[in-house]
Amino acid sequence: MSATIFFQQLSNGISLGSLYALVAIGYTMVYGILRLINFAHGDLLMVASYTAIYAVTMFSLPWYLSFPLAIALTGCIGILMDKVAYKPLRDAPRISLLISAIGASFLLENLALVIIGGIPKGFPRPEIFAKVIEILGVRVQVLTIYIPIMTLVFLMALLYIVYRTKVGKAMRAASKDIETTRLMGINVDRIIALTFLMGSSLAAAGGIMWALKYPQVNPFMGVIPGLKAFIAAVLGGIGDIIGAVVGGFVLGLGEILLVAFFPELAQYRDAFAFVLLILVLLFRPTGIMGEPITDKT
Amino acid sequence: MQRRSFLAILALVGFALATVAGPAAAQDTIKIGVYLPMTGAVAAYGQMEWDGIQIAHEMMPEVLGKKIDLVLVDTKSDKIEAANAVSRLVEKEKVVGIIGEAISGNTMAGNPISEAAKIPSVSPTATNPLVTQGKKYAFRACFIDPFQGQVAARFAVNQLKAKTAAVIIDIAQDYCVGLGNFFVKEFVKLGGKVVSTTYIQTGDQDFSAQLSAVQAAKPDIIYAPNYYTEDALMAKQARDLGINVPILTGDGAQADALIEIGGKAVEEMYFTGHFHKEAASTELAKEYIKRFEEKKGKEADAFGALAADAYFLLAKAIEKAGATDGTKIRDALVGLKNFPGVSGIITMQDNGNPIKSMVINKVEGGKFVYVTTINP
Repeated sequence: MSATIFFQQLSNGISLGSLYALVAIGYTMVYGILRLINFAHGDLLMVASYTAIYAVTMFSLPWYLSFPLAIALTGCIGILMDKVAYKPLRDAPRISLLISAIGASFLLENLALVIIGGIPKGFPRPEIFAKVIEILGVRVQVLTIYIPIMTLVFLMALLYIVYRTKVGKAMRAASKDIETTRLMGINVDRIIALTFLMGSSLAAAGGIMWALKYPQVNPFMGVIPGLKAFIAAVLGGIGDIIGAVVGGFVLGLGEILLVAFFPELAQYRDAFAFVLLILVLLFRPTGIMGEPITDKT
Repeated sequence: MQRRSFLAILALVGFALATVAGPAAAQDTIKIGVYLPMTGAVAAYGQMEWDGIQIAHEMMPEVLGKKIDLVLVDTKSDKIEAANAVSRLVEKEKVVGIIGEAISGNTMAGNPISEAAKIPSVSPTATNPLVTQGKKYAFRACFIDPFQGQVAARFAVNQLKAKTAAVIIDIAQDYCVGLGNFFVKEFVKLGGKVVSTTYIQTGDQDFSAQLSAVQAAKPDIIYAPNYYTEDALMAKQARDLGINVPILTGDGAQADALIEIGGKAVEEMYFTGHFHKEAASTELAKEYIKRFEEKKGKEADAFGALAADAYFLLAKAIEKAGATDGTKIRDALVGLKNFPGVSGIITMQDNGNPIKSMVINKVEGGKFVYVTTINP
């Protein structure tokens, strides 16, 4: 493999990894507080992409209005999801929450299928994201540079909110112990709603980036990215925000480099990701950045 | 609560009785079952084919003096659902013949069930040779992949002047794996060299790693016999990576979604196909195209045309057999010679595969453009 091809593959890996990371952050945030694996998280990618498509094509809004609109709307759907599917089950066993999450995921997918139909749609790609530049023979889509930058910006903003603001303090408190936090006079339900808002908005941002890079939107587009982000979150140590980002990059780079060095193994790409998940769960269940397990009920 | 559940059970029992009593009353119609991917990864095929079947049904609504009733079941683009769909058509709906599925893998899941029940089935577009192999009641309205792969390889060598090729195959689809192999066989026989073979899977969205490997091999053309979604995304990423060699593919490309998703990236993409309205020659085709465009408000496509042919083949066979008995319809199907169908002249062989011509199309100016016709 020549150096150019290697760097080309490296850039492919970084851009895929940062997409996984963006989606994984939301996964991990919700888990951190509720100990809930929100399987409907991936489907929010789909919701955001469709919203953006309709904003652009039906209401002919420019992208810089329609993308934030799609993110805001998806954030609200995230809160709604919490209110309808998770809040009534706050005191139920964790397994009920998990089932409810799977139900929410199926509901979103099938609603989209009924309302929009199963034929994939193209995603309108604004010119500034479509540009391709060449650095020393490596062809890089500008998007490939924007995505990691966006991921890092979101990460910084999130870390600021979680570690430097009062709301963040409340979030961290809730993630340690919801009951005690409530006794301290904090409106836990609002904190949880806020977590869903932030997590879902991040999923939406991830979804739009995803659709910009792979401009094909269908009701099931969120399933595989959702699973991969879940793997990334577990890999990094679920519940840990920086871990999610690290996990995303490791997974993205791993997948691409596997294909780069062993092209004949390309069909095992997804298998590789899931084997990685199993290995992590077997040998280091707390992930790369994870804290030791504390039993929490 | 007690009372409500009692009422619910009562309603259920009533419903069950009504459905059991249903078919007995409908003896004066002939039921044809249709199973197609109306949703899921290859939904575009199912929806185009269903459009075609509806138009064909409108053109020939009766046979043997009885109305033809169509029963549609969605397979969700899934093999297991396809098998379930055929079971339902055979056991519950008691159909006399079946049209479907659109893709090879799903048809191969459905056919054993209709075969066991001795109900003839005609797939509009399942091109893999295994679909009808060793089956007495399995038919199709399309040519098969060895022919398609051969024509593609000859076109690559003679018209596109290719000496080397990269092959990208969707490993999850029988169709793609088969067609890829048939192309490679012929391409190598003609003196070509395959410099890169790499795999993707239905539903994959990122092909950058595979494409970078292709780029390193510097092929003259890329042969990617996959379905439209994967082909469109792949073409887009290939062009972004600066791979500008021609892309050649199979009949699976001919869906509008290819152009909608692929945009400029799929321009100049060549593919072997079943039908182009400009190459249509028979009276039936002209009538079909006219009605289709009036009713559906869009151009007649290949998948719809073949599905219409599947319907006509089945209906003509029932007419010729003069009965709705599965074995008699099967024998009548085998005997159909030089049938002037929508997609051309069809002669059904004993093995369930028709002899028919092929067209080569390409994408130009956001449309499918007819290039040439190849006879068998």
